[in-house]
Amino acid sequence: MDLYKLTAHELHDKLVSKEISSVELTENVYSRIDEVEDKVQAYVTLDKENAMAQAAKVDAKIAAGEAIAPLAGIPGAIKDNICTKGLLTTCSSKMLSNVVPIYDAHVIKKLRADDAIFTGKTNMDEFAMGSTTESSYFHKTYNPWNLERVPGGSSGGSAAAIAAGEAIWSLGSDTGGSIRQPASFNGCVGIKPTYGRVSRYGCVAFASSLDQIGPITRDVTDAALVLNTICGKDEHDSTSLPVDVPDFTKALRADVKGLRIGLPKEYYGEGVDPKVKAEIEKAVKTYESLGAEIVDVSLPHTEYAVITYYIIAPAEASANLARYDGVRYGFRAANATSAPEMTRLSRTEGFGPEVRRRIMLGTYVLSSGYYDAYYKKAMQVRTLIRRDFNEAFEKCDMLLTPTSPVVAYPVDGKMDPLSIYMLDVTTIPVNMAGLPGISIPCGFADGMPVGMQLIGKVLDEETVLRAAYTFEQATDFHKAMAPLGGNK
Amino acid sequence: MTNYITVIGLEVHAELKTKTKAFCSCSTEFGSLPNTHVCPVCLGMPGALPVLNKQVVEFAIRTGLALGCDIQKFNKFDRKNYFYPDLAKNYQISQFDQPICLGGHIDIEIDGVPKRLGITRIHMEEDAGKLNHSGATISTSDFSSVDYNRAGVPLLEIVSEPDMRSAEEARAYMEQLKAILEYIDVCDCKMQEGSLRCDANISIMPEGAKEFGTRAEIKNLNSFRALVRAIEYEVERQKAILEDGGHVVQETRTWDEANGVTLSMRSKEEAHDYRYFPEPDLVPVEIDDAWIERVRGELPELPAQRLERLVEKHGLPKYDASLIVATKAMADYFDAACANSKDDKAVSNWLLGDVSAYLNAENITIEQFPVKPENLGELVTLIKDGVLSSKLAKKVFAEMLKADKTPKQLVKELGLEQVSDEGAIAAIVDEVLAENPQSVADYKAGKDKAIGFLVGQVMKKSRGKANPGMVNKLLKEKMQ
Repeated sequence: MDLYKLTAHELHDKLVSKEISSVELTENVYSRIDEVEDKVQAYVTLDKENAMAQAAKVDAKIAAGEAIAPLAGIPGAIKDNICTKGLLTTCSSKMLSNVVPIYDAHVIKKLRADDAIFTGKTNMDEFAMGSTTESSYFHKTYNPWNLERVPGGSSGGSAAAIAAGEAIWSLGSDTGGSIRQPASFNGCVGIKPTYGRVSRYGCVAFASSLDQIGPITRDVTDAALVLNTICGKDEHDSTSLPVDVPDFTKALRADVKGLRIGLPKEYYGEGVDPKVKAEIEKAVKTYESLGAEIVDVSLPHTEYAVITYYIIAPAEASANLARYDGVRYGFRAANATSAPEMTRLSRTEGFGPEVRRRIMLGTYVLSSGYYDAYYKKAMQVRTLIRRDFNEAFEKCDMLLTPTSPVVAYPVDGKMDPLSIYMLDVTTIPVNMAGLPGISIPCGFADGMPVGMQLIGKVLDEETVLRAAYTFEQATDFHKAMAPLGGNK
Repeated sequence: MTNYITVIGLEVHAELKTKTKAFCSCSTEFGSLPNTHVCPVCLGMPGALPVLNKQVVEFAIRTGLALGCDIQKFNKFDRKNYFYPDLAKNYQISQFDQPICLGGHIDIEIDGVPKRLGITRIHMEEDAGKLNHSGATISTSDFSSVDYNRAGVPLLEIVSEPDMRSAEEARAYMEQLKAILEYIDVCDCKMQEGSLRCDANISIMPEGAKEFGTRAEIKNLNSFRALVRAIEYEVERQKAILEDGGHVVQETRTWDEANGVTLSMRSKEEAHDYRYFPEPDLVPVEIDDAWIERVRGELPELPAQRLERLVEKHGLPKYDASLIVATKAMADYFDAACANSKDDKAVSNWLLGDVSAYLNAENITIEQFPVKPENLGELVTLIKDGVLSSKLAKKVFAEMLKADKTPKQLVKELGLEQVSDEGAIAAIVDEVLAENPQSVADYKAGKDKAIGFLVGQVMKKSRGKANPGMVNKLLKEKMQ
């Protein structure tokens, strides 16, 4: 039986009913990895030994008649920027290529407490800077729907692993769309929770005011289950919100009657591929037929979101990545003749071109004489973007947009960085405003999955989960399996 | 020759004596083995995040109130970016444009002339680690090792107005600031250990000039002596430049203690661009009135108040009192000794005399002084009560330094009780008078000095135990 194709909640039922064992399931996932990883290359590091040991422990618990958590015994993949004690955490960078964390990220602690199993660490754009997973120091990852295409990014490995059956669930991180865009490119469900819902402690920082960890899964129910485990206030993260976490599975009701869904006109403009737009419009029709009320809204500062993001995120990154200096851990350049040179060479050799580009950008916008013109102004625009959403939410309960203006594009497409940056226009504003956003599969264009994004009010993951679940119940897009076609 | 006016402003870094670091729960203990008080946060490991220790804010408020500052209610932190191997994150969490305290002052007095010196601001920040070079400096070393025990220890940076006009004023400012920080119990103030550090901005201008001259910032001033010497040197250096028709360059200089000179570190052009921006990993801290008022209510007695008390209630001369209150531990010792003494002025004299001499000779502080304050108080009381002569008291004091015994015990052990029994003393007096007829004759002939010799003889015979006042009285009576 191809257990690797199932969802976490289906597998949980089978574990509890003793129809299958966790060892059997974990073996099955690893044999799938053996089968397809050469083609997909979703992982940087695999950890079969510990995974199998953990699976045996869960089986023992089940045998002893103990109750198990929903993710217990179910193999999930972890993005390689989330610290796992004793297991390499590289951020897909040469700089951290030898770094074995001495502590677990808060989310990892919570997942371990629930006896979840970690298959390994997934590939990503270096330090999460990118949207193709091509900037990984180790190797590229390929889209299981068409191996000639990118899996998106930066959580490309985490999404491709789900689409290829190389994990049942996974964790990604999202700074400007890095969970939602790869989820959409791979036909998966991906949610970026409200900023502060999930502790960032142990998530290697890219842009602190934007980063958020979230799940990538096969369906909405699994996303809710992972959220249930990882959300909540953490004393080690000052920005994690001191609010109660609801049981998100309770929000999973197939009912959108009277729900006001806003369509922000700025997200349906020229840059959106007509084929993608057509699929989104069909989804809107579906919601309408299910009793939702469709409302036209406007987010007038959308056009400034990307440029503002490319000031704030690199500025924060330039400081966040300053600690990688070759002094305490990580890559250290050989042959330096002085301490300053050691740092300079280690950073020059240890970071890839995209990371260096963003560090320079961030250093520039923060420098004396430019701060007011760039960083300060960007922070003001950020406030305006937040205000846009607040105003829109006076007219609707939730927003619906394409997750990405395009479907997954070819590997080595030779796109210039700026064109790729602009494609994040649909996801970036959500991070800027700290809102929850989910991407779910809603159709295909050119044989590639199309994702739609549902954006909720602050801390209102429940509404987007309910709407996503309702759509999922009414459609079959999430059941399609990636064919692993094309030649890379 | 032109007369110049010296202008000095001080930037003082005070390590706060919180139990744990500013942004993690590592211990702040000094002197442990290298890298034993570290964790992912203060080592700047990937993914680690800071969480503010509220005690840092509490201490900053306390300091601000003690120095007469306005406490700012909205507080945020900023990142100060620069690369240095002892800075784990290569940025320092600090406060940039909105420090916790604004305004404030320190009152000094030199030769009886009071002066108020302004404080511009106080902000909270974290300390860096410590580099141990294999050679003399980082650039001449084969290697350097880093100890991160100090990384993340909370600091207050206290910035003065450029109000000081001499090295003496700068010293008085530092002494007063140190005393206040000790009194409010926020800092150990051990300059040698680096828990209190000072940088000085120094410039000179011709008398009558309207604008300050170009300043040099002098770093590495690890003692009061270094502060004074560095200022004196720097003023002369700048004078020589101006007298030569040159211009003082704005730069950072370091004090070379061994050679007694300041040396250029970096010019204004080479100065860091710190690229400050708000720390996104920390949320702003709001300080409400209730918090400020609670801290105000809990403020301990400050040096100025204590000085007043020592003068008013204990009857000390102002100068003596100022010496006692300069160090909190000394003032606490004084209070504890007085609690067990009948003569507070005598306690003060002992502290400023024999005790200080002993501390200096042994190069120790009053905290390490072997005699308990209650025992010093008892010693003073024994003198006051006439049980011990001053001379014998010194003998007892010498014994007290050697063993932890009360003066009463020692008096007994050494058989030193002063004899105040009139009959016993009279007998000795009679003996002495009989043995020294010449002296008696001299005295009677008007040579008052002779009585000193006779007193000495009586004291000798009593092995120092006779009450000298009584001896004097009896001798005079008997020779009338």
